[in-house]
Amino acid sequence: MNKDILDDSVATLTKADIAEHLFHELGLNKREAKDVVDSFFERIRDALENEQQVKLSGFGNFDLRNKKERPGRNPKTGEEIPISARRVVTFRPGQKLKSRVESYASE
Amino acid sequence: MTKSELIDNLSKDLSQEQSNLKSQDIELAVKCILEHMSQALASGDRIEIRGFGSFSLHFRPPRTGRNPKTGEPVELEGKYVPHFKPGKDLRDRVNRNFQPPEPDPVVKVVARVGVTDKQRIVSMPKFRIKTGKNPIF
Repeated sequence: MNKDILDDSVATLTKADIAEHLFHELGLNKREAKDVVDSFFERIRDALENEQQVKLSGFGNFDLRNKKERPGRNPKTGEEIPISARRVVTFRPGQKLKSRVESYASE
Repeated sequence: MTKSELIDNLSKDLSQEQSNLKSQDIELAVKCILEHMSQALASGDRIEIRGFGSFSLHFRPPRTGRNPKTGEPVELEGKYVPHFKPGKDLRDRVNRNFQPPEPDPVVKVVARVGVTDKQRIVSMPKFRIKTGKNPIF
């Protein structure tokens, strides 16, 4: 797992790490493991692109929300520019994930 | 799309390529991926999937809450919550087909003259059509 350069205590999990884990845990060959991981995230993106909510029980839901146009500002110049109406993805963690994460103590 | 639909979709994707994976393997793999991701977050790690997004923990400071039944104040400890930030590719794809809804049209109420109550009842539509945005009247 890659260690963050700035903070030694935080590691970052990547697709390569997940594929490696499938190879060790389930004995998938490296090619299969990579394909499963790629397809896993691509299918979620694909569903969301097609206006489908994604519900992964025990983990959480990926929902879609429509945002109205709202006033915004260029943070550099201070110039006012409207932020156009758009659709965004939100993640609502499930109860199981929430309670597993809640008790994490950074020290 | 639910977890089992995701598993079905992955089985379709991966059976097209020359692969020995059975749908049971795919099911195990999906559960293994989700468990791996949950475990990473539970131990305070980040997850970064390029083109999809990143997961990290946000800290919620301690606060005084209230027991909703009794109204009594309760001291709540600080806690961590999972947070997801969509990546650029996901943001763009979700927005690609998005048509902002038209503002609700102004409905003009035109008084109908010379229509008796009886006639009005006869001309009422049998079904109320739920359009929300485009009232028929």
